[in-house]
Amino acid sequence: MLAAVAFAAIGVGGGDITWAETARSLGHHLGLPVAPLPRLTDSVVWELRAPRVLLAAVAGAGLATCGAVLQAVTRNALAEPYLLGISSGASTGAVLVLVAGLGSGAVSLAGGALVGGLVAFALVLLLLGRNPSSAGRLVLTGVVVGQLFAAVTSLVLLGWGDADAARGLTYWLTGSLAAARWPAVVLCAVVTGAALVALRLIAADLDAFAFGARSAASLGVPVAAVRTTALVATAAVTAVVVASVGAIGFVGLIVPHAVRALAGPLHARLLPLSAVGGAAFLMLADAVARTALAPRQLPAGVVTALIGVPAFLLVLQRRERA
Amino acid sequence: MTGARAVGVEASGITVRVRGRAAPVLADVALSAPPGAVTGLLGPNGSGKSTLLHALAGSTTPDAGEVRLGGRPLGAVPRLERARTVAVMEQDADSDTDLAVADVVALGRLPHRRRLTPPGPDDAAACARALDLVGMAGTERRRWRTLSGGERQRVHAARALAQEPAVLLLDEPTNHLDVRHQHELLGLLRATELTVVVVLHDLALAARYCDRLVVLRDGRVHAAGPTAGVLTPPTLREAFGVDAVVTQDGGGVRVEVTGAADR
Repeated sequence: MLAAVAFAAIGVGGGDITWAETARSLGHHLGLPVAPLPRLTDSVVWELRAPRVLLAAVAGAGLATCGAVLQAVTRNALAEPYLLGISSGASTGAVLVLVAGLGSGAVSLAGGALVGGLVAFALVLLLLGRNPSSAGRLVLTGVVVGQLFAAVTSLVLLGWGDADAARGLTYWLTGSLAAARWPAVVLCAVVTGAALVALRLIAADLDAFAFGARSAASLGVPVAAVRTTALVATAAVTAVVVASVGAIGFVGLIVPHAVRALAGPLHARLLPLSAVGGAAFLMLADAVARTALAPRQLPAGVVTALIGVPAFLLVLQRRERA
Repeated sequence: MTGARAVGVEASGITVRVRGRAAPVLADVALSAPPGAVTGLLGPNGSGKSTLLHALAGSTTPDAGEVRLGGRPLGAVPRLERARTVAVMEQDADSDTDLAVADVVALGRLPHRRRLTPPGPDDAAACARALDLVGMAGTERRRWRTLSGGERQRVHAARALAQEPAVLLLDEPTNHLDVRHQHELLGLLRATELTVVVVLHDLALAARYCDRLVVLRDGRVHAAGPTAGVLTPPTLREAFGVDAVVTQDGGGVRVEVTGAADR
C-alpha cells in the first residue's frame, strides 16, 4: 500500500511526465531491465521527486511514531515530537545561519537547524536532571525551553535580520520538502530506522504507562530506561527531520490519535501502524502541496495543518461520544 | 491459584521524610506480614498507610530501615523477580486510556513475558482465571473509560491476580465498591494462599477479614498484632477518636462504631 502511495506521489506534479515514464525511470534506477528516460525527464523523477517523496515518507513515519511514544510516556494527549523544544532550537539555529549568512543555501540551514535542535534537547535534559521523574515536569521543561528558543529566534530576526531572512525563516518554519535530496533521505532513513527498532523493543512497556510510572514500575518495567530510550530516539528523529524539512506540524500529533481510534491503544500495533500512517499522510500532503496551486508550491506544513485540524477535531468528537 | 510460594514481608525501622515537613511521614515503623495471612493497615487519614505500602512495594525508598521479602532485602531482589513476586493495587490508579479490559489485565503478565513474543496460552489462562475470580468474566472487550469506578477497581484486582504473585499489596481496594463486592473481594483475598497487606478504612471489614492488624497514627505504629488483640475500644478511641462496641464471637471479632468519641 505504501509503495502504491509513493508511486502515485512520485507520478503527480508539474511537467508532463506520464505514469509509464515514471515507472520506467524508477525501474531503471532500481536495476530493472528497462530503457532509461531522456536525461532531463529522468532527473525530474529520480533527482527531484523520488527523494522528496521518500523523505516525506521517512519524516512522516518518524514524526508519527515519536508522537505516539511521547503521548505514552507523558500520559498527555497533546504531546508531540516538538514538545521537547527541538523545533524551536532548530529554528534558532536556522535563523542564526540565515542572518549571519554562514555557508550557502539549504545545506548550512539544515546544519544550523540540526545543531540548534540538539542544543535545545541537551538543555531540556540538563534541566530535567539525572532523574526525568514526573511526566508533568518533562512537558513543562520542554515547553519552557521551546519558549526560550522561540524568543531568541525573534530577537535575532528582529534585531539583525532583514526581510529576506524573515521570509526564508517563515517558509522553513512551516515545513517544506522542496529542498529534499538523496543525502538527506539517507540520513533521515538511517536515524529513523534505528529509532523505530529501538522503540519497537519498548512497545509492551509503554502499555504499562497507561496507569502511571509507579504502576509500570510495579509491573517490572524499567521506567527510567524506557523513558530515556523514548526521549533519545524521539530527539534524534526530530532533530534530523526538522533539519531536513523544517517543522512540519500535526503529523506527530494527529496520526497517532487517528491510528489509536482505528486500531486501539496497544503499542505493539500502534507504533508500526503510526509509522505507516504517518508516511502515507505526509506523502499525500506533500503531493497536494506540490499540485494544488501549481506551479506555485505550498509548504507541506500548511497542508498537514489544513487537513490535520479538521481530522483532529473529528477524532476528539469521536472520543467524546465513544 | 498460585503454587504455594510462601513469601512473607517484614519491615523494620522504616522512616520516611518529605521535604517541607518537620515530622517524618513514617517514624521507625515495623511490620510483619506472615506468609499466607491477611494483614490489615489501619489508621486515620494522613497517618502514613499508603507511604508504608509504597515502601513495602519498593516504589518509595525509605530514608532509614529495611524491607525484607522472604527474608531477603527488597533492594537485592532483581526487578523482574520482584514483579513476579509482589503485585500492587494502587489507590485510584486511573487513566483516560482506551485500553480494553483484557488489555489492562494482560499488563499483569508483563513480568512473565518475553518482550517481542505475543502473549501465550499461559498468559491467556492466567488472565481468564483472574477476571473470573473478580466476577468480571465476559467484559474483556469493554473499554476502560466505559467502566464504573467499582468495575475499574475489580479490573485492577484482576490485573494484580494475573501477575500470579506470592504477595499482594492493596491500597484501599474497597473504594468505589458496593457492599457486596467489598465482601467478595476481601473474601477472595482471604481464600487465597497469598500473603496480603491491605490498607482499609472500614473497621468492620478489617475485623471480619484480617488475621493481623497494624494501626498507624501520626507515622508511628500505635498497635499491632492479631486482630482480636488490636481492635479494642481503648485503641479505637485513641487511634481513631471513635466509640465502638467490640464483640468476640466464635474466634471472630465484630466492631460496631457507635459515634465520635468526646475529645
